Amino acid sequence: MGHWKHVNNPYDDDKVIDACALFGMMDTSGRRFSGVDAITAITNMHERGNGLGGGFAVYGLYPQYAEHYAFHVMYLDDAARQEAESLLQDGFRVALAEPVPTRKTRGIQDPPLVWRYFLEVRPQDGQRLSHDDYVLEKVMRINTGVRDAFVFSSGKNMAVFKGVGYPEDIANYFRLEEYQGYLWTAHSRFPTNTPGWWGGAHPFNVLDWTVIHNGEISSYGINRRYLEMFGYHCTMQTDTEVIAYAVDLLMRRHKLPIEVVADVLAAPLWSRIEREDEERAAFHTTLRQVYGSLLLNGPFSVVIAHQGEMIGLTDRIRLRPLTAATKGDMLFLSSEESAIRLVCPQLDTAWTPMGGEPIVGSLNRPLGKREPVAAALAAT
Amino acid sequence: MKSYLPPRFVIDRDAERCIGCQVCVRQCSFDAHAYDGEEDAVRSFEENCVGCHRCAVFCPTQALNIRLNPLSYRPNANWRPEIIEDIIRQSESGGVLLTGMGNDRSYRVYWDHLLLNASQVTNPSIDPLREPMELRTFLGRKPDRVELDPASLSLKTQLAPQVAIELPVLFSAMSYGAVSLNVQESLARAATEAGTLFNCGEGGLHRKLYKYGNNAIVQVASGRFGVHPEYLDVARFIEIKIGQGAKPGIGGHLPGGKVTEDVAQTRMIPAGTDALSPAPQHDIYSIEDLAQLIYALKEATNYAKPVCVKIAAVHNSAAIASGMVRAGADIIALDGLRGATGAAPKIIRDNVGIPIELAIAAVDTRLREEGIRNQASIIAAGGFRNSADVLKAIALGADAVYIATAALIALGCTVCQQCHTGKCAWGICTTDPLLSKRVNPEIGARRLVNLLRGWSLEIKEMLGGMGINALESLRGNRLHLRGVGLTDRELDVMGVRLAGR
Amino acid sequence: MTVDTLNQKGLAIRIDANGFHYRELNRLIREAVAEGAERIDLHGVYGQRYIATNLRSGVEIHIHGTPGNDLGAFLDGPRLVVYGNAQDGCGNTMNDGEIIVHGRAGDIAGLSARGGRIFIREDVGYRAGIHMKEYQGKRPALVIGGTAQDFLGEYMAGGIVVVLGLTLNGGNCHTASFVGTGMHGGVIYLHGQINDYQLGKEVGVSRPNRKDRAILSELVTQFAGHFGFDAEEILAGRFVKLFPLYLRPYGRLYTY
Repeated sequence: MGHWKHVNNPYDDDKVIDACALFGMMDTSGRRFSGVDAITAITNMHERGNGLGGGFAVYGLYPQYAEHYAFHVMYLDDAARQEAESLLQDGFRVALAEPVPTRKTRGIQDPPLVWRYFLEVRPQDGQRLSHDDYVLEKVMRINTGVRDAFVFSSGKNMAVFKGVGYPEDIANYFRLEEYQGYLWTAHSRFPTNTPGWWGGAHPFNVLDWTVIHNGEISSYGINRRYLEMFGYHCTMQTDTEVIAYAVDLLMRRHKLPIEVVADVLAAPLWSRIEREDEERAAFHTTLRQVYGSLLLNGPFSVVIAHQGEMIGLTDRIRLRPLTAATKGDMLFLSSEESAIRLVCPQLDTAWTPMGGEPIVGSLNRPLGKREPVAAALAAT
Repeated sequence: MKSYLPPRFVIDRDAERCIGCQVCVRQCSFDAHAYDGEEDAVRSFEENCVGCHRCAVFCPTQALNIRLNPLSYRPNANWRPEIIEDIIRQSESGGVLLTGMGNDRSYRVYWDHLLLNASQVTNPSIDPLREPMELRTFLGRKPDRVELDPASLSLKTQLAPQVAIELPVLFSAMSYGAVSLNVQESLARAATEAGTLFNCGEGGLHRKLYKYGNNAIVQVASGRFGVHPEYLDVARFIEIKIGQGAKPGIGGHLPGGKVTEDVAQTRMIPAGTDALSPAPQHDIYSIEDLAQLIYALKEATNYAKPVCVKIAAVHNSAAIASGMVRAGADIIALDGLRGATGAAPKIIRDNVGIPIELAIAAVDTRLREEGIRNQASIIAAGGFRNSADVLKAIALGADAVYIATAALIALGCTVCQQCHTGKCAWGICTTDPLLSKRVNPEIGARRLVNLLRGWSLEIKEMLGGMGINALESLRGNRLHLRGVGLTDRELDVMGVRLAGR
Repeated sequence: MTVDTLNQKGLAIRIDANGFHYRELNRLIREAVAEGAERIDLHGVYGQRYIATNLRSGVEIHIHGTPGNDLGAFLDGPRLVVYGNAQDGCGNTMNDGEIIVHGRAGDIAGLSARGGRIFIREDVGYRAGIHMKEYQGKRPALVIGGTAQDFLGEYMAGGIVVVLGLTLNGGNCHTASFVGTGMHGGVIYLHGQINDYQLGKEVGVSRPNRKDRAILSELVTQFAGHFGFDAEEILAGRFVKLFPLYLRPYGRLYTY
């Protein structure tokens, strides 16, 4: 990433501070659909952003390369591309390499080169580490070692599209209406100290995890130091990065299910734990004792996605808004309800989840087939 | 021989206000006041005055004022009056100069150069009076992860024993002998009411205080005073004392005069003898020996209690702490340069050790770099004066803070540094039965609880101001600190940025 | 923009809001009011903010869709009727007027309200009625047909909050925590079950007396009238009164 890191936080503030709008929609039956609604919804929340960042994550968009790691990489110039590509050639079998299709769009100034690669881990490379850890290592290598190159998406059959501009302009620039996916998340950014770096927009990605985030975490300083103990390099100096790594650590490496992860990131208050039955109380107490440094303090609402799941979560005293809604198989998450209504005026259910209560959409539990799952989801 | 030392203090007695009630005569334990029957007046013997203010506070007509003796030396930045007088004192006694309380030299107090953050605009501050604010802290060894049973999702991981305290402040070690039993009882009661712990120090635990065992930390120090199975059983956790901030590297000495029957019984030594604590623990000459003692104690208590190891903050604290954690310590207590004591050689108190601020930062950073920070909690000690000092320590990386001087000040101490004489007029650092009565445990406990309550409320306000509602989110979170008036290197050691950057 | 003379009530106007930025929409509304409109129907509202915020007249505005944040912020007289859900900040620092929502509302409904009335048919989010005030003749009221989430009535200094719990399945308890935390004025009337541990430590609990019943009757009757409920049936249920225990809840906090 070279000198771009400097651009991300040019005043060397403690970290990058943003305010934002979030939107997510997922068809829990797995049916793929176009991004038009997600784009319309995020555009509707125009007021929450300031045009300095917009981005989308799409899951299920590359079915013909479903088993390949799809890298989206941005480059300041061709020299950076050459250097990064030689690393990719060395480290993987490259099934396809091409520029991501774009169209000239008013509102998108000085875009970097954006290329995509479909990569396979070769047998000889997949010995020492798991494929995922191998890919993670290679992504870190490019992002910390190659000047002016930044891998911003590296999961299978999913991809991030993002940059500096309003989300509707980003969507137009990357021709997002041409893609189909079963899960879309969208984000509009209002950064206070990062004027214009494409990599700084949300979603933040690690492997197939994406995070879009609204709010500012006051515990960032210790969350980051804690993650560094486990080998994560927080190069982006953003809250979002820390959340993504925390989720990667807890869900992928420590194999904790999302309900437990929510109880780490948005830990229940002691006053609530004290009223639980002995077993639950001991469980929650242990989580807080062990993972106290991963408690995300301060206001946040996040939409986290990975292959097969979309998760919405807010901080434990709900300082940031999040509305959840369902219609048939579709689960919506949004900073503001009006954005959902705009694309789906008649909803089966619409509610605001409690602070710290995760809302999970999963391909394993399609909404349409079940009895009011919404009632279960909405139970407080 | 005639002493060449001038009195340190001057007693001003306002003749118009003085009613000759002789309260000052009765209250002063240093014989600085006496009643002259012939003249029917109270006289001052200033050469005995130690500046403890007992007389001035208790005088019913505010007739007394205590001032530093204005006898001037010619100004000399090198040969300061105190240095001159120490030489005089030493040449008249031929011994090691003793003193009490903590280092009073003007080494930099880093707390006064660190400032805390507040959240504005991008992040709301939180209202501690109305919205929840959590200070509960758990001391003990923690694993890197939890493991769940894949089928039932119930917890498989068994945690090592944890000790919960309701606020991140504990009472530091003050032995019975160094302080009176009434003081210890005040500390015990206050700790119990406030939901924290007191440390009985190296003098054993008096039977009378066994009922506070659940809030007691017991020490296993080099003299092994009062260490027996019941002592270990009754405690909440055990602290192996390797050293303390006031006198790193040396042992302790409780003069025979302070070893009353009761003190003797608690320490299990003959009355009237000196209570000597050796410099090292004689079964700990190397790090593996420490591991041996730690596990001996764990075996003796069936692994049911955390074992803490206390060291003075010295030059290689980071490396030593790392070794201690790997040797099995569940909690590390670091005692800095300003740590107080009942008696210590002045030269060592004032010249040995390092400031706790730098030690916390160094130890916390080192343990994180080695990936072992989870394995032990850190308690920091040494001159914590107020709730802001406490929070700054936590932001630097401590889990909790020990206070001793502040607690004694709450009971009346004015830091006159005469603890080693055993004549404390406030009845604190004495075992004289008459003087000891001057601390009433019920009132003492109330004063200590008030102090902890005030600090607790202040901590909640400051945390809320930072936009944090759980203490664990500030622990080690150095981004909420800024330094002023410090060099780049000092900022670097503490991992703190300069204010404005 | 279409102008219809709808009924004898005077000039009525319909505005299609779809696609309008809130600044433009609110300008259109202000212009309509300046030209004498007494009723305005907004259609296709999706997220426009601050609707009716700087209107001083007694105009009635009907909103079809989902109005954006701060609906009726600083409201000073108009009556707003929403056919749909409202978002956060509904009636923020309201001074006078009425807001009627045929649906739910988001967080901080009635924040710092000083007068006027808000009626929400269903549930509300966090911190509803936070720091509501009252002074002399002005006493705001927030009537919630369903249930509320945490921090309901947080540091109320005045005004009335009524929670009817009609969306709870029969006999179910309200689940809000920290209800009335920091309350030092005003009153909350709650229909349904709530436990002591759910209340802030500044809150006292009692049964409504005759005066309370009169106030409740008036508000519940209005609520029922707006949304087609049976006032008698609701009023027959069991209400508790939550009130502040101290005027100076933090008197012992400071040392001078």
